[in-house]
Amino acid sequence: MPQNSHWILRRLGHLDGMLLTLVVLLLGVSLAMVASASGQSPARISGHLINIGLALSVMVVMANVPPHILSKVGPPLYVAGVILLIGVALFGEIRNGARRWLNLGFAFQPSELLKLALPLMLAWYFQRNEGGLRGKHFLVGGALLLLPFLLILRQPDLGTALMIGASGFYLLFFAGLPWKVIAGGGMLAGASLPLVWSLMHDYQQRRVLTLLDPTSDPLGDGYHIIQSTIAIGSGGLFGKGWMQGTQNQLDFVPERTTDFIYAVFGEEFGYVGTILLVGLYLAIVARGLVIAARAPTLFGRLMAATLSLNLFTYAFVNIGMVSGILPVVGVPLPLMSYGGTALITLLLGVGIMMSVATHRQLNKT
Amino acid sequence: MRRPTPLKNLGRELAGFHGRLKIGAAFVALLAGVLLARGYFLQITQHDYYTGRAENNRISQVPIAPNRGLILDSKGRVLAENYSAYTLEVTRSHIHNLEATLIEVGKLIEITPGQLRRFRRLLSESHEFETVPLKSKLTDEEVAILAANRYRLPGIEVKARLFRNYQAGHGMAHVVGFIGRINDRDLKRLREAGREKNYQGGAHIGKTGLEQSYETLLHGRTGFDQMETDSSGRAVRVLSRIPPVPGKDLRLYLDRDLQEVAEHVFGNYLGGLVALDPNTGGVLALVSKPVFDPNLFVDGIDPETWKSLNESPDRPMVNRVLRGIYPPGSTIKPFMALAGLELGLRKPSDAISDPGYFTLPRSSHQYRDWKKGGHGTVDLGKSIAQSCDVYYYRLAVDMGIDRMHDYLAQFGLGEKTGIDLDGESAGLLPSREWKQRRFKQVWYPGETVIAGIGQGFHLTTPLQLAVATAMIANGGKRIEPRLVQSVRDPLTRAWQAQPVATRLQLEIDPDNLAAVRAGMMAAMQPGGTASRAAAGAPYTIAGKTGTAQVVGIKQGARYDAGSLARKHLDHALFIAYAPAENPTIAIAVMVENGEHGGSTAAPMARAVLDYYLTGKRPGNMNLGAIDATE
Repeated sequence: MPQNSHWILRRLGHLDGMLLTLVVLLLGVSLAMVASASGQSPARISGHLINIGLALSVMVVMANVPPHILSKVGPPLYVAGVILLIGVALFGEIRNGARRWLNLGFAFQPSELLKLALPLMLAWYFQRNEGGLRGKHFLVGGALLLLPFLLILRQPDLGTALMIGASGFYLLFFAGLPWKVIAGGGMLAGASLPLVWSLMHDYQQRRVLTLLDPTSDPLGDGYHIIQSTIAIGSGGLFGKGWMQGTQNQLDFVPERTTDFIYAVFGEEFGYVGTILLVGLYLAIVARGLVIAARAPTLFGRLMAATLSLNLFTYAFVNIGMVSGILPVVGVPLPLMSYGGTALITLLLGVGIMMSVATHRQLNKT
Repeated sequence: MRRPTPLKNLGRELAGFHGRLKIGAAFVALLAGVLLARGYFLQITQHDYYTGRAENNRISQVPIAPNRGLILDSKGRVLAENYSAYTLEVTRSHIHNLEATLIEVGKLIEITPGQLRRFRRLLSESHEFETVPLKSKLTDEEVAILAANRYRLPGIEVKARLFRNYQAGHGMAHVVGFIGRINDRDLKRLREAGREKNYQGGAHIGKTGLEQSYETLLHGRTGFDQMETDSSGRAVRVLSRIPPVPGKDLRLYLDRDLQEVAEHVFGNYLGGLVALDPNTGGVLALVSKPVFDPNLFVDGIDPETWKSLNESPDRPMVNRVLRGIYPPGSTIKPFMALAGLELGLRKPSDAISDPGYFTLPRSSHQYRDWKKGGHGTVDLGKSIAQSCDVYYYRLAVDMGIDRMHDYLAQFGLGEKTGIDLDGESAGLLPSREWKQRRFKQVWYPGETVIAGIGQGFHLTTPLQLAVATAMIANGGKRIEPRLVQSVRDPLTRAWQAQPVATRLQLEIDPDNLAAVRAGMMAAMQPGGTASRAAAGAPYTIAGKTGTAQVVGIKQGARYDAGSLARKHLDHALFIAYAPAENPTIAIAVMVENGEHGGSTAAPMARAVLDYYLTGKRPGNMNLGAIDATE
C-alpha cells in the first residue's frame, strides 16, 4: 500500500493509512465541535485531547497485535464480561432506576466490555469451526449472543442491549446465518412487538411515545428532541458557522458535547456538513468492508465486516435519535461525542480492523 | 449431506461472504439514505420553520416599565414622585421549600412580622411564577449580604425598582391617592381595555385619587428590549430597544401651603373642606378628614394595618368631599332665595312676620324656627343673614316640590359635579318622581316644608355645595371642578393647560343675584350668623352657615357613651366666597358633629380665605412642624 510507505506509519507498524486518515479527520471535526459545544471550555477541550490521545494509542497497540492472538482473547473476555454482567445483576449499583454499574473501586459498566467481547467470541467460535459451519454452530452462536443480550436487557438498558444484539447479529449474518432463519426471526420479532411493548419499562415506553409526538411533553422528555431538531433544522444548507449556532451557544441543546453533538454540528454546518459527515462514516464502512473482503482468515473477515457495520449502526442510531426519528437512547455519536470509554472502545475496534488489514499472512489458530 | 472437500467448502463460504458483504453495504447505504433524507427534510424543507423556532428561543421581549409622571402642586412642588430602591423579591415557582428559604433569608437580614404577613398576603394573591416583594428599600448592607448569598437562595432576587413617594404627607392622600400592586381585578380591567401589554414589566397601577383617575397619562408607555436570552432565560445581550415613554407630569390648581392651612384648621374633626376657583373650577384645597398615609399602600399594605384602616368607624379611606353625602341644611337657603326671586314668587323686599313656627293649612303641626320666638319681620336679606327657617318653610310651600327640584337641579345638586377624581357620589335632590320610584309613595306637603331648609331627603356632597356657591360667585356659570391644571409632555417638557369645562350658564336676573349676594354678605356682618368668623377680615366675605340634623346614625356596640354622644351632634356646614366684589375663591366646609356652622365651620373657612387672599397663616400654626408631625 502506498500509504504504508509513509514514515510515521512505518514507524508505528501495522496501521491502515486510509482508515487512519478518516479517523483522524473525524476526530478533528469532533475536537472542533466539542470546542464549540462546550463554549471553548479549556477543561473539556484538553480532556477530549487526552481521550483522543489515549484512544489512538490503544488503537495503535491493537493494530500491532496479530489477529490470531486477538482471536484468543475472545473467549476469556467474553466469559469475564458475562460473569461481570451476572455480578451486576446480583450486586450492581442502581443509578436512575437501572442496575448497570459495578463498583470496582471505580464505577464500571460491564456492558461496555461486551461491545467487543461478543464479536470477538463469536468470531473466534466460527473461526474454530471454519469449513464446517452447520445449524448447530449458529444455534450455539445464537445462545452466545442471547446470554449477554438478555442480561443487559434486564438491567434495564434497552439501547445497549440492542446495539450489542445488532453486533452479534451482524457477525452471525456474515458467518452465513441461513436466510430462512433470518426471515423467520424477523417475523417472530415483528409478531412479538406487542409483547415487547408490554414488557418495556415506563420510561422506555415514554421515550417511544415522545418520539412519535415530541410536543406531547415539550418541557419534559420531548424537550431534548424538540430543541435538537430546531438546532438541526435552523442550520439550513450551509449552517450558521462554527461557534455561531444560537441553539448551541445559548444552551438550548442539551447534552451537546456528548450524545447530542450532532445537533450542534447540524446547526453550525448545515446539510452540507451532514452530507460530509455521513460521507466520512460511509468511507470508514467502505474501507472496513474492503478490509473484510481481503482478509485472509474468517476471524478477520467477520471482525472487520461486523465492526464496520457496527460503527455505522451507532452513527445511524445517534443521528436518528438526535434528529427525531429514533427514540432517545444513550448512544454517543461514534468518534464525535465527548467521552473516553466509548472512544476507546471504538478505536479498539478500528485497531482490530487495522490489524486484520495489515496482517496478511495466514496464521493457524 | 454437505461433505465436499474443505477447500471447496471454503471457496463457497468466501463467495457467500462476499455476497453478504454486498448486502451489508446495501443495508448501510439504506441507513445513510434515511439519515440524509431526514437531514434534507429538517435542514432544507423545514428550514424556515425551524429558523423561526430558533429565533423564538433566542429572542425574548423584555418590557421596560416607564417612569411614572410626577404630580406637582400649583407652585411646582412635588406631591408624588419616584425613587429607585432595591427590593428583595421572591419567585414562588423557583423555590423548592418556601418556609426553609424564608428562614434562611431571615437569618441574613431582618424580616419583620409585618413584612412577612404582607408577603404572605401578596403571595396568596399572585400566581406562582410572579415575583412578590418580601422586603423593600433594602439598605446597601442588606443588598451586599443578599448578593453574597444569592447562589444558595434560588428564587430570591434583589431588584432595583421604582417606588412612589408621597412626600406631601397624609393630608394629600385623598387628592393624590396612591398606587398599589396590580391585582386580578385591575388585570381584568386592563385586559378588557386592551391595555395589559402596556403594563408588562411594571407591577403598579393607580388605585385611588389622581393616581387612579389620571392613570393613563401618568403611566406612560412601556418600552421593550429585544434580548438574546439563553435557555435559562438569562439575558445575553440587547439586540434592539423600543424605549419606554415616561408618563406625563400633572400640575394641580391646588396649593400645598393652602392645603396645609386647611388641614391644620380642620383639626381632629371629621368632615371635608373644598375650595374652588369660581372662574375655572380649579380645586385650590381639598381636605377630607381623617387622613391616612398613602405610602403604606405603594408596595402592598400589611393585613393588620389594612384592616384597621378599612374597618375604622371613622372611614378614613373615604374622600368625604366627593363621597360624603349630608343634608345641606341652611346652606340651601341662598339657592332657595334665588329660586323664589327668579320664579317671581318673592321680591327682595317682601317681608314676612316670623312667630317662630310655621303651620300648614288645615294642620296643627308646628314647624319650628331654630330661633325660639322667631326673627320678627324678615325680608329676603335678613332671611339669609339670620337663616330664618319660617321664611323658607313658607317659600317652599309657595314654590312646591316640583319647581324647587327643577330650579335647584340647575345648581348641580343631586348630580355628579364631574370632578377629575373617580368615585364621586351624586347625592340626592328629592322630587315627586324620585319618591314614587324609590318608596312607591306620593309626596307629602310636609316634606316640601322641611325640604325648604335643606332637611328631609336632601343629600349633597361638600363638592356640590362648593360648585353651587361658585355659581353665585361667578354669576351662574356651572363649572366642573378640576384638580389638574396642566399636563407636561415628558419629551418636549412643555406644559399644556387642561381645558376648563363649563356645564351650563344659568341666566340670572342681576338684581336678584345681587339681592342674594347681599344677604350672604350680611350673614358675615354683625347680626349675621357668621359675623364672628368674619370679624376683622380685610376683604368682604359672602357666606351662609348651615346645620344638618344627624339622622339614621347606626349605633355600633363599639362606641363608648362619650363618642356615641358626639356622633349624635349636628353636622356644621358653611359655604362662602370672597372677595365678595370680585370672587376668586369659593369654599364649602362640612364638619361632622360640629354642631354650629357659624362657630365651627365658618372659622375654618376664614383661615383658608385669609391665607389665600392675604397670605396670613393661622396664629397657632407652625408650618414646618406640620410636615414633621403629620
